[in-house]
Amino acid sequence: MSEYRVLPGPEHFLPPAAASMGIQLPNPGEAHINGVIASEDKAYEEAARQFLMAKVPTIFPGPLVLWAWNEKAAKKATAIRHLYNTLKDCVQPGQKAMLIPMPDYRPKYPKINPEVEINPNHPNLTIWHNKIDCCMFVGVHCHQANLSLKIIRGGTSCYTIAMCAQAGHEDAMLSFRDASVEKIMKLADTIKRLKGTVQPRLETAKNGASS
Amino acid sequence: MATPHSVIGTQNKKGQTYTDPWKLLHEAPRTPSFFTGSEVIKEAVRRSSCDVMIAYPITPQSEAAALIGELFAEGYIGDYFRGESEFAVMSQCAGAAFGGARVFTTTAGPGTMRAMENFPMWAGARLPIQMIVTCRGINSPLSIQPDTLEIAYLLNTGMLVWHAETAQDFFDWILKGYMVSEEPDVHLPLALCCDGFFVTHTKDVVNLTPADMCLPPYDPYRSPVPCMDMECPPVRMMRDPFVMKSNYISYATHASWQQEIWAAIERSRKHSIHWLNGLIDTENVDADILIVASGTAVSQGREAIRLLEEEGVRCGLVKVKTLRPWPEEEIREATKNAKHIFVPEFNVTGWLAKEIRATIPNPHRVHAGPHVCGGMTMPPEIIVSEIKTALGMKSFSLAGRGS
Repeated sequence: MSEYRVLPGPEHFLPPAAASMGIQLPNPGEAHINGVIASEDKAYEEAARQFLMAKVPTIFPGPLVLWAWNEKAAKKATAIRHLYNTLKDCVQPGQKAMLIPMPDYRPKYPKINPEVEINPNHPNLTIWHNKIDCCMFVGVHCHQANLSLKIIRGGTSCYTIAMCAQAGHEDAMLSFRDASVEKIMKLADTIKRLKGTVQPRLETAKNGASS
Repeated sequence: MATPHSVIGTQNKKGQTYTDPWKLLHEAPRTPSFFTGSEVIKEAVRRSSCDVMIAYPITPQSEAAALIGELFAEGYIGDYFRGESEFAVMSQCAGAAFGGARVFTTTAGPGTMRAMENFPMWAGARLPIQMIVTCRGINSPLSIQPDTLEIAYLLNTGMLVWHAETAQDFFDWILKGYMVSEEPDVHLPLALCCDGFFVTHTKDVVNLTPADMCLPPYDPYRSPVPCMDMECPPVRMMRDPFVMKSNYISYATHASWQQEIWAAIERSRKHSIHWLNGLIDTENVDADILIVASGTAVSQGREAIRLLEEEGVRCGLVKVKTLRPWPEEEIREATKNAKHIFVPEFNVTGWLAKEIRATIPNPHRVHAGPHVCGGMTMPPEIIVSEIKTALGMKSFSLAGRGS
């Protein structure tokens, strides 16, 4: 097993792809935490804990759930909205839950408006601007998600979670695979259950994700 | 939208039943058939639920492109046409794959080289096109005989590269290749190579799956990049590449993109092991002497081992099935006891020996050879001779025979 661990950065001028460091994706029914295969139950707990600890926990929904291109996508979008509302209800004063879309992947130069969106070509701008210290990708095409996750790991200290509808993301610090409405709802339930039991790291994260 | 699994058990317009791929390849009855390699390619494509085949059928190395035209005439392929050159063919394959089609094509030798610009583009765009490479000579003076030098050029394109030994490998791996390359965490083109002429033009007994069973269709909505979105990368990148922007962010994005392609090759390892039953095959790797080879050099190596056994020399064999992903750990493990490692190759540069030397400890154990090239055959006797000479045993010269 690889000794490499997928941890919050800033890791490197050009961090490696976790797969090239020997990190493997989970099999169906599993998840990974920091590159180590874990049970999904453990991953729900850890993802909820990271969200509740963060000063600016943020969900980044991508095009696969932002557009009602099929019935499943529309249902997922409703579940994600529920997850965001749950998160908002469960964080403490001083914490700020956010929902920032990745509506498309077009390169936007000289830069995007980080107040309103995140872009896979320069996701660090949105992380830095909003001082986001924990984020979850959902509904982003796998290639674009990995592109972003590596850049985020390279230049920020943000904790990254992937709720992936396919095989998962080893470039995130925590990844689910085969995401479904049920899995998103279960994460929301876990956050609700852990409400008040997790100490937010407001002091340490005072300045948000490092640049 | 029908997902591939939801169609299993139903029939396509030719009356073929969409079958669970694992069952098709491992449980369905097999019929022994006496075919050339080119005919075997046709039979595999017949069972592949292929949407588009684009051909540049002048290559004398393989009849496959023309034979697949017959499949189109019979109604087994959605669309089939000729490009005006190999470069055009590969560009048209990209267009079809961008549009969400399962695409198949073939090439060889100079055609591979002419089309080369497209292969990293395919990989960068995450297009799971399958390309058969029936290797032949690439340099002047031209040769239609087998020579695997072109594989060396494919190794760093970002494509998956497999090297088949036999027509049976070819039949199975065409079908299995789609299963690996279309996984959403892989989703890369596959160059499925063989040594042209030896495999394509000679007849062999190949066990075929039933012709009325086929793979489920490709589902482009599992792609890791948007399917046919002209405003988003990778399609947009064709007209608005990162390189047009001179700043740190655009370079970092491009770098991350390249890393992702090679990460996808790494992810293919798990799927390739599952479908190919390992990235290498081994026989007697506890022996002091090993032959490590790919393609038909494996067959010649196997025969050389038999000849050596008659003389009391014990020798093991490693058959390298995938070159990308490169079976680094497997080769290290298989060669750990070997004192001498011989790498017979059908090319002048010895690219496989170089890869192995870069992989294992104590690389001085690797004897890069014997080599033949330009279409020469590799009689097992010259492998035997190379091994015996290295061991300090008396060996006759095959070249001197008849003098």
